[in-house]
Amino acid sequence: MGLKKYLVTRGITMFGVLMVTLLLTIILVGSNMDTILKQGIAFQVRAEITADPKISDSFSDPAEFEAFVQAQTEQRVKVLGLDTPWYSPQRIGLTMYKILILDFGHATFLTSDSGSSDVKDILLEKLPRTILLFTTATIIISIIGIFLGALAGSKVGSAVDRITSTFAVVSSSFPVWWIGMLMIFLFSFVYQIFPARATPSIPPTDPGYIAALLYHMALPVITIVMIGFGAWAYLVRNFMIGIMQEDFISAKRAMGINQKKIIYGHAIKNAAPPIITILALSLSGSLGGAIITEAVFDWPGMGRLYFEAITVMDLPVIIGATYVLTVFFLISILVADLLYGYFDPRVKTGS
Amino acid sequence: MSSVSASEIKKEFLKSKIGIAGIGILVILVSISIGAAVIIPVETFQQWNNPQSWISYPKTAIPAWVNWFMFEKIPEHKILDKPNVSTKSLDDISGVSHQFHVNYVYDDFPSDFIYELTAKYSGSPLLQISVIRPDGKIIKLLSSSLPYTEDTILFNEKIFSTDGTIKKNLFLQSDQFNFPIEGFSAEDIVFSKSTDNAVLKGDYVFLVNLYGVQKESSIVGSTLIVGGKAFGIMGTDELRRDLAVGILWGTPLALFIGIAVAIGSVVMGLVYGVYAGFKGKLTDESMMRFNDVIYALPVLPFLIILAVTISNSIFLMIGFLTIFGWVGIAKVARSMALQIKTRGYVEASKMMGQKNSKIIFKHILPQLLPYAFASIAISVPAAITTEAGLSFLGLGDPSFPTWGQILHDANTYGAAARGLWWWIVPPGLMIAITGLAFVFLGNALDAIVNPKLKR
Repeated sequence: MGLKKYLVTRGITMFGVLMVTLLLTIILVGSNMDTILKQGIAFQVRAEITADPKISDSFSDPAEFEAFVQAQTEQRVKVLGLDTPWYSPQRIGLTMYKILILDFGHATFLTSDSGSSDVKDILLEKLPRTILLFTTATIIISIIGIFLGALAGSKVGSAVDRITSTFAVVSSSFPVWWIGMLMIFLFSFVYQIFPARATPSIPPTDPGYIAALLYHMALPVITIVMIGFGAWAYLVRNFMIGIMQEDFISAKRAMGINQKKIIYGHAIKNAAPPIITILALSLSGSLGGAIITEAVFDWPGMGRLYFEAITVMDLPVIIGATYVLTVFFLISILVADLLYGYFDPRVKTGS
Repeated sequence: MSSVSASEIKKEFLKSKIGIAGIGILVILVSISIGAAVIIPVETFQQWNNPQSWISYPKTAIPAWVNWFMFEKIPEHKILDKPNVSTKSLDDISGVSHQFHVNYVYDDFPSDFIYELTAKYSGSPLLQISVIRPDGKIIKLLSSSLPYTEDTILFNEKIFSTDGTIKKNLFLQSDQFNFPIEGFSAEDIVFSKSTDNAVLKGDYVFLVNLYGVQKESSIVGSTLIVGGKAFGIMGTDELRRDLAVGILWGTPLALFIGIAVAIGSVVMGLVYGVYAGFKGKLTDESMMRFNDVIYALPVLPFLIILAVTISNSIFLMIGFLTIFGWVGIAKVARSMALQIKTRGYVEASKMMGQKNSKIIFKHILPQLLPYAFASIAISVPAAITTEAGLSFLGLGDPSFPTWGQILHDANTYGAAARGLWWWIVPPGLMIAITGLAFVFLGNALDAIVNPKLKR
């Protein structure tokens, strides 16, 4: 199978997945959207009329006023195309087309810190913060994980291996957010080293903002790394064990090449494909932030945005965020696939 | 994949230390579940989110056992509802006397005391409350008539230590104390030494007498609460709930959720994957593409959307978790089925014209059973943590409070930053331990199924 054909089929599948995800999101939140939007319009009409004394004085009795409001509301509903149900093909089609050209529209309730209600602005404001926190943590985790895993995998049964494996198994069953609460208890209450809330209180324009942000970031990063690196190390260890049993490693050993060079030079190179795949996936996974972890540390990133959007049913934000996350996820799957093929030619030639 | 027989698995499993540890923890958790169901009535548990039923409990009280390690003993919250009852009658007057023994050995004054009375009477009986202190002094707290009634009625009243009458009565007895008692609250006076305002330790007797003249009167319910800051084995939370109730009942719930989701997704994944692998060709291709779609969905956001828009009922939640849980298992099951399919006996039974369903259920699925059991054990912790996570975000089923919901409340009331460790540590620890039990089981089984990892 040629690379071009492979890319095309992969691309089509992924586009399909993207569309299905979008469709599912719209279907799940659509009915609620209509009720909320209609209520919003009626409220807006009333507010405009009462704000203008010229119109509000011109009514002789409340019934006339109500009728006028009703008519106004219906007119606007029609203009916005809300009179057809949300599941009508043209409305879903329109919504999906708009999203494809990255026009996410305006948020119903939420705004960015700078006050813009444009979903694109909100997303662009939250995304860097999530990247800062979770991508940093993921990179630290993978570095520690790869080295510790390689070390443990090359000395199966040693103390390092046993401790790493035990730690991996134990840490994987702890919820990160709970450890987060414990860390806040320990380092913000018992020993007052770090702040309990992760959002800096000074405005972003302040010159000390970066330093404050890094200081506020410390506790979440430590927590995520602490819970995350064990599983990574364990994974790398298992890959390494498989490779260390291969004939070519035994041959290298017989040739008298020293152990360190074998592990970090030859074995790791052969364990690279799966490791890189997982790295690509976890990096893109990190973009979504962990909704719950961000909630615990009050970190103003994508995860918290998502949660806030869902609790107030801010549909444009939900759809926008889901779209962006799914796109990143699919791109990273593709990249991981390609990298895998690059590092392990067997995959490409095999049918 | 080599096939492993059940007896071999059992033999290997019994050799694995972590497998045994997993089983051990699981047995403990199951006994806790049974214990919870026996000791704590379901009604108490269902009242979890009803503030009315927790009113006599203290607010954010530390677990009582902390006192064992404390030099200065924290006053324990006492709810006394089994007084010594004695009745006496003299001519026209009949009296009921309730005695509450309070052994007060703490280094701080109680936060308050409350007497709750339910009496059945007619006429206007006299209620007297007094305290006999360890130093022998008798302090009268209250002496008042219950409201007059012609017919027999059931009367309910709560007398708080902040009651004005009690304060006045104490002031009248100020000669019992060698220090000016103005400005002190009733509990600070009653439980104080007579020389200075320090706690007088020892046995106190709260005496409640109800005298009826000519007419019958009886006390139906009688509870004395001596307010404190320590309570029970697990303490209480901001909403006065006994955390022991929530944590104990959380065990069967978590086990149920975890196991139901794990079995559901493994069965679904196995059948789906094996069918796709067995059928092959276009069926396989389209089924795997569908699998890819589910795999690419952002799981937690979708679960949140589902919980918000459809329902947060625990049973539906189990269904939602299953929908996202089977995908990975289906992939592995498919590749295993592809291998098994090519084996001689499968080909043979195919040629003999056996039905597809029979081949799948008789020849392929049994081969995958060891893998299935390992996957079930490995899937449980993820299911439990995900449910806990959703509950933590406030999306749990309010009629079945889980550990995640306790942590949600803890987070809402800022328990971590306020240092209320007994509200944070036990629920999370239970989640972790339950997860650990299944991780241990899963790892032990996995090592048997994939012997390569053992070396």
